[in-house]
Parts: sequence; structure tokens; C-alpha cells
Amino acid sequence: MNDSSYDQELDCKGMNCPLPILKTKKQVDTMEVGQVLKMEATDPGSINDMNAWSRRTGNELLSHNLEDGIYTFFIKKI
Amino acid sequence: MSEQKKMALIASQGTLDWAYPPFILASTAAAMDMEVQIFFTFYGLTLLKKDIKAKVAPATNPAMPMKMPFGPKGFQDFEWPMPNVFMGNMPGFETMATSLMKQTFKNKGVATIEELREMCVESGVKLIGCQMTMDVFGFEKEEFVEGVDVGGAATFLEFASEADIQLFI
Repeated sequence: MNDSSYDQELDCKGMNCPLPILKTKKQVDTMEVGQVLKMEATDPGSINDMNAWSRRTGNELLSHNLEDGIYTFFIKKI
Repeated sequence: MSEQKKMALIASQGTLDWAYPPFILASTAAAMDMEVQIFFTFYGLTLLKKDIKAKVAPATNPAMPMKMPFGPKGFQDFEWPMPNVFMGNMPGFETMATSLMKQTFKNKGVATIEELREMCVESGVKLIGCQMTMDVFGFEKEEFVEGVDVGGAATFLEFASEADIQLFI
């Protein structure tokens, strides 16, 4: 997933559970089906949480990546 | 996506530490497209008040770590050898412990109780006040935030009997 192929972005760096999930949900709700959200977080729990959230809500977690303590997620609204 | 899951919570505690679990779980469950009801009873009712004054109670939580939310890392990581059971009875200690915990939560990027509650309401979580304990403690519905419904055990049980998750907190 390269950086040019997303429609919206969300900065959740510094936020702790459950804020990254709540903010992601809120933003995904405003998006069109098929659009991609780039979300960045520093909460180490966010990988498991984003996976669980995506499975539960049916949205697609396209990829996640950890670099310099920042987790980057690409989520496609289904 | 499978059919909509439901979660039924009972919030029975009114201290700051115990105020977090119901609001964290409810807001997250709603964000995961679940239908959620929280039944507030006994001291949990105070979490419905417009202005939440929840404190921590060190005297009844001997295992609560006493840590400082400021200063160098080594200082913050140090666990102060204060016996909560004893110190908890000192005037002002509870207030101090509460403000230290609030500051630590803030430093760690944790939402406040009020913020989480607001997100619950925004995302359609149903808040129900227990009528019986409201009578006992003298609470009026008008003291609570907008949208609180009032009911009894049967109201909770009807929803809980069809819920996938039921927790007593």
C-alpha cells in the first residue's frame, strides 16, 4: 500500500485505548464505500484492536505497518 | 458482517477507576456496531450526573500503585511506599490520589469519563437509571444527562436475555 492511494487520514498518535478505535469508527462513518483511510497510532494494542474491529464491522484492514514506534493502518470502507 | 451483536452492562460502582470499564466497553462495542445498554444501579448512578465527581478510593484499594504523573522517568516509575489502607483515611489524600490519577490518564492519552460517556450517547448507547436506587438515594432524572431512561430489573433482564455479552461491573 503506498501513501498516495488513500482518501482520508486520521492521526491517533499519543491516544490510548479505546480512542483510536472510536475515532476510526467516527471517520469511517463519514466516508463513501470503497474509500481508504490511513490511520496512525502509537498504542501498541492498536494492531490487535484494529484487526478485531475490522473483522467485527466488516471493513477491510488492507495493511498495517510499524515504523519508529508508529503504527500505520490502511482501512477500506466496505 | 454477521447479525448485530448486543451487550448488556450493569454499572454498579461510582469511583473513578470503576467508572472507566463500562464507558470504555460500551463506546467500543457501539463502534463495533453492537447494540448496547448500560443499567446504572447503586453508586453507578452517580456516573449519570451531568457533572461527574468520581474519585478514587485508595483506602479500599490496597494494591493501587502510587505513582507521580510528572518529573523524570525514574521518578515517575517509582512506586511510593504509601500504605493506602492507612493513608486513605488521611484528610485530602483521596483528592490528591484522584488528581494524580486523572493527570496520569491525561498524560497517557486516555479519554476522560465525560468524553467517553459523550461518545457513548453519540453512538446510540442506551443509558438506564435504576428506579429503585434512584428513590433510595434521592436522585431525580433531571440531575442526569439528556437521554437517560429509567427502569427496573425487568427492563434490564429483557434486554440482557437476548444479549450476547452481559457483564456486571
